[in-house]
Amino acid sequence: MNHLSDLLLGRLGRDALPFWEMLKDPTTSSIINGIIATGAAAMVILGALVVAGLLTWYGKWKILWRDWLTSPDHKKIGIMFIIIAMVMLLRAVIEAAIMRAQQALGLGGGFLSPEHFGQLFTTHGTIMIFFMAMPFLTGVINHVMPLQIGARDLSFPVMNTVSLGLTAAGAALVMVSLVLAPFSTGGWSGYPPFTESAVNPGAGVDYWIWAVTLSTLSSTLTGINFAVTIYKKRTRGMNLMRMPLFCWVSLCTAILMIFGMPPLTVATALLALDRYLDFHFFTADLGGNMMNYINLFWAFGHPEVYILILPAFGIYSEIFANFSGKQLYGYTTLVIATMAIAVLSFTVWLHHFFTMGQSAHVNAVFGIATMLIGIPTGVKIYDWMLTMYRGRVRFSIPMVYALGFLMLFTLGGLSGIILATPSVDYQVHNSLFLVAHFHNMLIPGLLFGMLAAYNYWFPKAFGFRLEERWGYRAAFSWIIGFMLAFFPLYALGLLGMPRRTVTFFTPAYLPWTLAAGLGALVILFAVYCLIMQLWQSVRLRQENATPIGDPWDGRSLEWATPAPPPEYNFPVLPEVYSHDPFTEQKSGGRAYQRPERYADITMPANTAMGVITAVTGFLMAFGLTWYMWWLVIASGAVALIAVIARGYARNTTRVIPAAEVQRTHERWLDDVARTTPVTRDHEHTRANRGLAVPPEQGAIQ
Amino acid sequence: MSTQPSRHPGLNLGEPHAEAHSANEEFVFGFWVFMMSDFIIFGLLFATYATMLGGQAGGPGPDELFELRGAFIETMLLLVSSFTFGMASLALKYREDRKWLIIWLLISLVLGVAFIGHELLDFHRMFDKGGVPSRSGFLSAFFALVPLHGLHVTAACIWLIALLGQIAVHGLDHGVKISLTRLAILWHFLDIVWIGIFSLVYLGGLA
Repeated sequence: MNHLSDLLLGRLGRDALPFWEMLKDPTTSSIINGIIATGAAAMVILGALVVAGLLTWYGKWKILWRDWLTSPDHKKIGIMFIIIAMVMLLRAVIEAAIMRAQQALGLGGGFLSPEHFGQLFTTHGTIMIFFMAMPFLTGVINHVMPLQIGARDLSFPVMNTVSLGLTAAGAALVMVSLVLAPFSTGGWSGYPPFTESAVNPGAGVDYWIWAVTLSTLSSTLTGINFAVTIYKKRTRGMNLMRMPLFCWVSLCTAILMIFGMPPLTVATALLALDRYLDFHFFTADLGGNMMNYINLFWAFGHPEVYILILPAFGIYSEIFANFSGKQLYGYTTLVIATMAIAVLSFTVWLHHFFTMGQSAHVNAVFGIATMLIGIPTGVKIYDWMLTMYRGRVRFSIPMVYALGFLMLFTLGGLSGIILATPSVDYQVHNSLFLVAHFHNMLIPGLLFGMLAAYNYWFPKAFGFRLEERWGYRAAFSWIIGFMLAFFPLYALGLLGMPRRTVTFFTPAYLPWTLAAGLGALVILFAVYCLIMQLWQSVRLRQENATPIGDPWDGRSLEWATPAPPPEYNFPVLPEVYSHDPFTEQKSGGRAYQRPERYADITMPANTAMGVITAVTGFLMAFGLTWYMWWLVIASGAVALIAVIARGYARNTTRVIPAAEVQRTHERWLDDVARTTPVTRDHEHTRANRGLAVPPEQGAIQ
Repeated sequence: MSTQPSRHPGLNLGEPHAEAHSANEEFVFGFWVFMMSDFIIFGLLFATYATMLGGQAGGPGPDELFELRGAFIETMLLLVSSFTFGMASLALKYREDRKWLIIWLLISLVLGVAFIGHELLDFHRMFDKGGVPSRSGFLSAFFALVPLHGLHVTAACIWLIALLGQIAVHGLDHGVKISLTRLAILWHFLDIVWIGIFSLVYLGGLA
């Protein structure tokens, strides 16, 4: 009997349940930690049950399957990526708040066990990077980029569903680790030898390895897809130098993904070989070399930083231009700066471990290379400021995020220049100063960018604007909460408080940790505002509807389509003659035209490959984590058979007849003719149905 | 979208047709990009191997473990299979009948499988001499790099078998032709990686 359960369940036992420790050994600490962990597990299960229940209650399973899970439509896949990102954001923010609470009460104790705290900062970091930031930016690029370059879809729509499936499997694995604990305590970077089986034999590190590996594979495929799409699928006249800046950053991001993700795949794969097959890559004995891991990890890690920030740069470029009613200032320099950052990002990985024993000369080279990145970034900051200069700036929600970014990101960049000096880095490395720095880059940089994109492109994706009062509250709470939560960490770092510490014994830290705790509460309120904003927006969707599709007087091609756009995006692929093609069309009176003739459109047919990837990927990773070898073999076999069988499929496209395209398009054109356009002063009112007043010839309205 | 007939010198897709050609171009270009990403993985494993040469921890080193004869036979098997796959590509382009295409593909497959078998035999010999991956960092690096190439060859062979099945079911349609073109890229790519392994690992280790 026992033998059979070993075979079936591997090493998964009762002690994986989050309340087991508490029942077995009830002390105050184990009970508090057990209750928190059990509550989290209950939330995961409850959340899954509620979603399943609602789907059954409203009878939406079939729609979910047909219109979403098996859809190869890049817009829907983008939305699903963003939904994953938002769910994971919610979890990781709550974890952050618990950690801030622990440190606010942490003088001489606190309430969390070190083990629990370790899991919290590991999952927080892993989720925020791999399952919040990556899916969010992948989703935004997925949704917007093909529309902007005038394409019907990505180059490889089926591979796109596979990417989504891999990310979903990884996210699910991290979620399941709350119910069948524990997760790794090795931090998001998972340095050996701490993560080797000699020190950490449990399932935690294996959860981490497979979750990250799934995410990495997903991003590699995504990068290939984006790059090929941008190279090969631009519409007629869309030269590289006519692309919106967001497409340029998408291209650079894609290139970074193609070259930057493999090092992490190698690092986690080698760590897995060490743990599963007793290899000696990073062990402390028998010729292992843990510095190899650290080099591999950061050969990924630094390009990753720019994978995270470049899409946000592109989003801000669109927003500054659009809400200033001007062409983007210094387009060419922005393109060059973006490319320069992409190239330089491969030359600085060593600054993540200045203190790990290389010579001063090597450190100096990498320190200087790091500071060089400040130059193209500075160029961008000035270009954005000059875009606003003498524009008619509208203080919309995306602009609030963008202005918050502009100021806070510059501050964070300056602390980065400080850290780039190796001799200073020796003083503050591994302290909260570093934590303050990278949160200062990633929250105002990446997260504000994504939230700005969410507010900006939401009406394009769903056909109604997001509610504004809660939107402004969310934006300002994020900005204030961020400053309150993270500026104190600079001071704490300079006072010498190490990162990842569960408790401390220096009373001088206390005021700062309390202030940071307060900031965490404000950020929680900001998240509450985001939820309220979405709720109110759905409630008011009729009043705020913008079906014509151009609520902000947009400049690029995505605004020239209805909201939400049809599956094929454009009835006839547009031809482009300049920058800002839609603005040019509108001012020349050539927008919303009837094409002379319509043609049949061939689109990819639905496919279950994404779902199969998600299920087999998850089960394989889960089986590997808990040593359920039968599950690994079975799911691997199913995946292989599915891939081979897919090769035999021939009816992989479906044709949308010209008559249907014509009917849909002309109905929309009739709506355009009936709709009253609004000026920019009224774009936040209910009069905005998504049609902008055309600018007078040559004039900036 | 111009209609130049020779956008794909390696392909014979019948009537030049602008849209089919650009779609195929995407497939082939995308596969090149994927190969580039894969190349990074091999490059990093080569680098890891080079840095771990010193990590023998008193265990057996290249001198005791490697045999040039075996590695040479494997090299020849793989290089000849690359040649025969090239002949298959030419048959795909210039011949109407499938006979020669299938003959060349089958020869390539047999050579590929022979390569894998011979490599496994080599590993077996190394194991007998105490050259197991858990012995030292050097051996770990070896057994990450070389078997990964072997795994790629295995995957390529499975793909080839699947394609032979597709030819049987669908004949030489566009899907099969495009897949054969991409498999050819993979096949030659694995040759290049193997030349790196042969020179760096085997020749370098025995020099």
